[in-house]
Amino acid sequence: MTATTQSAAEPAHPLNSVATQEFVTFTIADQLFGIPVLKVQDVLSSYQITRIPLAPPEVMGSLNLRGRVVTAIDMRARLGLPARDDDGESMSIVAEHDGELYSLVVDGVGEVLALSAKTFDRNPPTLGAKFRAVSDGIYRLDGQLLVVLDVNRLLDYGRAVVAAN
Amino acid sequence: MDDLLSEFLTETSEGLAVLDVELVQLEQNPNDQELLSNIFRYMHTIKGTCGFLGLPRLESVAHAGENILGKFRDGDLEVTPKAVSLILECLDTIRTILEYLEANESEPEGEDSDLIARLNAYAEHGESAVGEAAPETEAEPEETGEVVAFDDAAAEDQPVEEFEAADEPVAEEVPEAVAMAPVPEKKPAQAANSEAKIEAKSGGDSSVANQSIRVNVELLENLMTMVSEMVLTRNQLLQILRGQKDSEFTAPLQRLNHVVSELQEGVMKTRMQPIGNAWAKLPRIIRDLSIELDKKIDLVMKGAETELDRQVLELIKDPLTHMVRNSADHGLETTAGRIEAGKPETGKVVLKAYHEGGHIVISISDDGRGLPIDVIKNKIITNGLATEAELETMSEQQIQRFIFKAGFSTASSVTSVSGRGVGMDVVRTNIEKIGGTVELNSTEGKGTAFIIKIPLTLAIVSALIVECAGDRFAIPQLSVLELVRASVHSENTIERINNTPVLRLRNRLLPLVNLRDLMKLNAPDEIEDPAAETENKSVSQTNTDQDGDIESGEGFIVVSQVGSYSFGIIVDRVFDTEEIVVKPVARIMRDNQMFSGNTILGDGSVVMILDPNGIAAANGEVELAEESGDTTSDRHASQNEETVAMLVFRVAGDNPKAVPLGLIARLEEIELDKVENSNGQNVVQYRGQLMPLVTMEGTGELKTEGRQPVLVFTDRDRTMGLVVDEIVDIVEERLNIELTSKSVGYVGSAVIDGRATDVLDVAHYLTLAFHDWFGGEASDSFGDEEASRLLLVDDSPFFRNLLQPLLSVAGYEVSCSASASEALQRCEAGEKFDVIVSDIEMPGMSGFEFAEAVKKESNWSNVPMVALSSFATQKDLDRGRAVGFIDYVAKSDREALLGALHEALSEIRGAA
Repeated sequence: MTATTQSAAEPAHPLNSVATQEFVTFTIADQLFGIPVLKVQDVLSSYQITRIPLAPPEVMGSLNLRGRVVTAIDMRARLGLPARDDDGESMSIVAEHDGELYSLVVDGVGEVLALSAKTFDRNPPTLGAKFRAVSDGIYRLDGQLLVVLDVNRLLDYGRAVVAAN
Repeated sequence: MDDLLSEFLTETSEGLAVLDVELVQLEQNPNDQELLSNIFRYMHTIKGTCGFLGLPRLESVAHAGENILGKFRDGDLEVTPKAVSLILECLDTIRTILEYLEANESEPEGEDSDLIARLNAYAEHGESAVGEAAPETEAEPEETGEVVAFDDAAAEDQPVEEFEAADEPVAEEVPEAVAMAPVPEKKPAQAANSEAKIEAKSGGDSSVANQSIRVNVELLENLMTMVSEMVLTRNQLLQILRGQKDSEFTAPLQRLNHVVSELQEGVMKTRMQPIGNAWAKLPRIIRDLSIELDKKIDLVMKGAETELDRQVLELIKDPLTHMVRNSADHGLETTAGRIEAGKPETGKVVLKAYHEGGHIVISISDDGRGLPIDVIKNKIITNGLATEAELETMSEQQIQRFIFKAGFSTASSVTSVSGRGVGMDVVRTNIEKIGGTVELNSTEGKGTAFIIKIPLTLAIVSALIVECAGDRFAIPQLSVLELVRASVHSENTIERINNTPVLRLRNRLLPLVNLRDLMKLNAPDEIEDPAAETENKSVSQTNTDQDGDIESGEGFIVVSQVGSYSFGIIVDRVFDTEEIVVKPVARIMRDNQMFSGNTILGDGSVVMILDPNGIAAANGEVELAEESGDTTSDRHASQNEETVAMLVFRVAGDNPKAVPLGLIARLEEIELDKVENSNGQNVVQYRGQLMPLVTMEGTGELKTEGRQPVLVFTDRDRTMGLVVDEIVDIVEERLNIELTSKSVGYVGSAVIDGRATDVLDVAHYLTLAFHDWFGGEASDSFGDEEASRLLLVDDSPFFRNLLQPLLSVAGYEVSCSASASEALQRCEAGEKFDVIVSDIEMPGMSGFEFAEAVKKESNWSNVPMVALSSFATQKDLDRGRAVGFIDYVAKSDREALLGALHEALSEIRGAA
């Protein structure tokens, strides 16, 4: 038994050393964000959302995505940003966390970018707590910065709720 | 058969089948370590379980086999065909023993020292040992071979006992087998049958086995999920179809509809399992308990074949086990205690399951000591769950329900059996989690019964779709009692006490919650203008008299019940009921107990499923709400104890008169020109008979023209009409009789509907019509017997005065007592009565307590007692019976009272 398992464990993970990683980009309040493309299940434009009474403010409601109930999260509220004042269409990115689907409602979804690890930086320590809690780091793009969001931390509500309290 | 044993048998036979295959594989690949450890593990499990179940013979064989396998694994021995066949032989022996076990539930006599010796020798010396043992081994194979031959045959046929006959010839050929022959012949009744099925599944050889297959539960679950989705999609399609006329899709969609329904049903069936599966371990538990606690316990299980969804079954298993254990441990007295209490030595725990309209009802009852109210009270007070004063106002049932509270155990000492931290609160929570309810019915000294009601399946439920402030919600049909439409103009009007909405519903005050407030749907909402408007309206809602205000008066009330607490949920609109698939709420919402899940409706939109349990809980602690809700209704009831429906009428002047409605048979109107005179009495032809007409004192002669209302009193074949001027109203009110029966024909006067009203003495008028009205009846009833002595205990002078004449003309010698204590004094004084009629709601000693006291008093303990009450619920009836009343009669139901008395006395006489 032990003999058979030994071989598989050691070799270095090829993904660890990869130079570039692909991100789905989106904007919230003119800030560019990115989520690893493999985490994204779907991108939706406007969708009928049923509001959920008594839910935390960042929960916009739930929607039906091909027979599955998806919880819509208002990313502005989640990140502590002011509500949108224009009437522009919003879009959302669907990601799975812990067996449940969430739809992250953002201002707009951009293209998929392959970003090199060379342009990656850690979070500046001066970054606001709300951002720091959900950001994995920053990519320096031409002319703007991209904040990498960690879906798990973003949607780990058990912890988020505790933190909020 | 013992459940553990049968499980062991199933598992082991499966294990053996695998071992057979794998050993052969091992023989071909002697170095496959994984295979070897697998084999070793199987053998080890068999050995371990044998030890656990107390099967020494099997254990020793398995142990010897395991030894060799262990050496293989450690590399001490090489895997050779010889060794493998030796182990296979060992397996065959195990199989033989298993078969005997299966039929006889015990190991066969004898031992396998020979085989074990060879196995051990091989383990010690390896291949070389075979040489030494060779002669022996050579001799043996034939013998074992035969056994194997038989075994194989038996393995195939024995599970299916019908094949037994075919098996016979084989058995005769093999001497060893003859010894085993009792195996198939002994039919251990049902157990073997179920066993046979299990075997057949794993056997795979017989034709019966081919009719059922084992399917991974996960696969079934997936199927179920997909079918659920399909149901939803179908609903969606049907919804679209409804919006279109003459669609070409109509016919195929109808077909699809049927097929999906059938598919759903079919898949549901695959998930159905008999509830007996959840019970299977109970007999063993009870048996062990009875030894441990030194009690004689009889477990009766009824309806084990009742099927329910396996998911529900899984969830209900532990609570059930816990409750049965509780019943046996706490519920039943010790043997000595039972003898002392005059009960049979053997305590009984009865488990029953049956279907009842889409639900499964499971009841667990015992004939033990019941829930000790005083102990519970003390515990409540020490745990600070309620104050003594609060307890005072609670009914027994409410107090008993405290055992469902967290941290509540009535067992003062924690035995190894109970008190493992799984309290009744966990039981309740678990049951309520799956949309079930648990009720409790306990009488001290007589026993306790728990009644659990759970839905058949969790996956798809029927739900009522409602709307509030533009949002739709689903409410599980299970908890919806009824729908009431409230509007200012109908009889159902929402009234407010200090802004708290309530509804009068059939003489009860139903607490209401507004879904709008509950869901905080009034919160400023920019999306909809109407919402803002409604907000304004709700602010000005205090005045219910405002007309045209939709929010104040109009709306639907969904009457729901949680446990024994019913309340109404105010919603704006009610749609259809719809079959919905319950999906769990997102984790972020899970703390919110208002929702039990969410679902996708036919039109594709997502709605939240309301959880009435949570709503009740959020709406003031559920227990308090429950208790106070019940208390108010109880108090309400006790205040109304003397409420009687009175017919108010007018005759001879403005002064209203009244008579208990219960005494009146009918209200008629007669044409006065049809009135005839017979033998100096006014009569009228009524329903083919002559009905005497009686006029009230002071009314003078009847007019000769026009029509006049008549109150008709009937008894047996006699009818009497009392002519009145005008029937005013029927009033239900608490009676306060001022006893001034100076004038003949009146019991006294009372304030009814705010006016002084004379209450009629019906008995007086009855005798006016027929002088022998009651006399004849009495002699009918009891012939020449002397009048029976009757004691009437009632605190209300009105009823004493009403009943005494009625009863005395009915042939009883009536004595009255104004209170229970007064009656008990009479008892001590040595007065004798044939029957006692007692009121229940009395100040001081209640009727129940009175009956208990009487039954203890030697003087009157044999006197039959009839309870009299204006308020009779099933529980009251039960309680009345329990304390010794033979019957329970509603006040003012003269027929019933006389009937009950007659019955009581004839029973006594019959017995005498």
